[in-house]
Amino acid sequence: MRKRSAGLWVAAAAGYAFLYVPLFIVIVYSFNNSRLNAEWVGFTLDWYDKLFHNQDMLAAAGNSLLIALTASAVSTVLGTMAGVALYRYKARLLQILVLAPIAIPEILMGVSLLIFFVMLNFTLGLISVALAHITFCIGFVAIVVRARLTGMDETLTEAARDCGASPWNAFRYITLPLIMPGVIAGALMAFTLSIDDFVITFFTAGAGTVTLPLQIYSMIKIAVTPEVNAVSSLLMLLTLALIIIASKVSPSLLRSD
Amino acid sequence: MKPKSISAATRPRVGKWLVTGPPLAYLLLFFAIPSLIMVLASFRTPGEFGGLAPLFEEGRLDLNLDSYVRFFSESIYAQIFAKSVWYALATTLFCLALAYPLAALIAKSGRRYRDLLLLLVILPFWSNFLIRVYAWMIIFGPNAALARTVNGVLAWFGHEPVPLLFSSFAVLVCLVYVHLPFMVLPLYANLEKHDQALLDAAQDLGANAWQRFWRITFPLSLPGVYAGAALVFIPALGIFAIPDILGGPEDSLIGNVIKQQFLETRDWPFGSVLSIVLTIAALFLAGLAACVARGNLGTPSSVKAARA
Repeated sequence: MRKRSAGLWVAAAAGYAFLYVPLFIVIVYSFNNSRLNAEWVGFTLDWYDKLFHNQDMLAAAGNSLLIALTASAVSTVLGTMAGVALYRYKARLLQILVLAPIAIPEILMGVSLLIFFVMLNFTLGLISVALAHITFCIGFVAIVVRARLTGMDETLTEAARDCGASPWNAFRYITLPLIMPGVIAGALMAFTLSIDDFVITFFTAGAGTVTLPLQIYSMIKIAVTPEVNAVSSLLMLLTLALIIIASKVSPSLLRSD
Repeated sequence: MKPKSISAATRPRVGKWLVTGPPLAYLLLFFAIPSLIMVLASFRTPGEFGGLAPLFEEGRLDLNLDSYVRFFSESIYAQIFAKSVWYALATTLFCLALAYPLAALIAKSGRRYRDLLLLLVILPFWSNFLIRVYAWMIIFGPNAALARTVNGVLAWFGHEPVPLLFSSFAVLVCLVYVHLPFMVLPLYANLEKHDQALLDAAQDLGANAWQRFWRITFPLSLPGVYAGAALVFIPALGIFAIPDILGGPEDSLIGNVIKQQFLETRDWPFGSVLSIVLTIAALFLAGLAACVARGNLGTPSSVKAARA
């Protein structure tokens, strides 16, 4: 019995190593005093210094932030509505439209939105990217909010209605505060998904607009430089911080059951 | 009296539409309509300078099956499609082999460590997709330790050095890496519900560890396996960035051809045909996985019946 557990432990440890060693290498080499990502030479912060003086990179980071803030704000409102609608009214068409963008390969949404925007003579840029990001973020927010509603006592809202509260007031003072952890977790999730998105942005950004993932893509297509390691490490740090906040707000988000 | 009762009856419906309407309208506009436009585009003629030719020309409606005919007549596209299915299938199998011990360990571990171990599987998934691809670019780099070791050993046997980067091997490893969490999660959710008493009973009756796994745990875990396979296979089928960054020219998959049709060749109708074929394949597989999983839900009860 113990022997079998040991085998399982070894196999699982190999699995965890497979997951983490690559990311660990990226972070370590971001501090490496060598242009080649090949062997450890010495410690330096030069690549971070270069990064903060790279105008293209800073502009791309600004664009990413602007898009992520807009997309997460709008998709949180629409996604919360969708979550409530799915829970209360079991809206079938909405359910398909909410889940389909998540279920199909990303490239399909990217190219169909490209055709759509170009046919409407809509200039590709920050706005088209934000509109595209909202489309796939709605589903994730809706799923988190609906999960929160499922664990909630719906009779509280009914009680408020019986006591004479208008539907809006019942929502504003009873339902919304109760589902707030889910809403915030959904918003943080939408922000992370938007700032990390590459495929859909790739098709909807047009030639002039660059976001952080697009900038990383063009850099690694040309050459592997530790500057990419530095920006990657910072992005990982940001994502980790957002996940920790989300899990503090809504512990159920990361719980196994 | 009458008007009042009507308003009372319509009020919940108004509330329903106030909540359902905005997200529904948004998703219809930015998801359903673009998808339908793509279906329409697949029946049109490519424009002289890329994009689409005018829909109405000389009073004629421009709709034809040319791009579909091209897809079915030029075997290169069927071959690329087959290659994509092959890569996605290999990715699914390797993910399953790696995910099973991880999911089993998490399911077996105590409450205290379970959340942490599960979180450790999900966490890399939240780091940027390109960073995870880039990490393998470093690992497989021509000057990195791995390539030097491998080629050192090969040279010892008198073999020519092989490049690790820009190879099918690099593409496959990265595909597995990126999709692994999607296999672990449903598998864990299934394994966690298993009844330990079944395994104990099998052991009492003389089944060894392998028999207990192969005849009890594995069949019972099939719904989780199918769910995980769908979550890995479908996105892996449409991937373009990994072959684009880590692969050589012969690793071009269906996603790369779609990207090329839309951004380089600018033959939108043909790109749309390829996208539609990919959509149909993805939906068909998702439906198949759902059907098979539903069919297998009968298994636990049949086991229960066998126990009785």
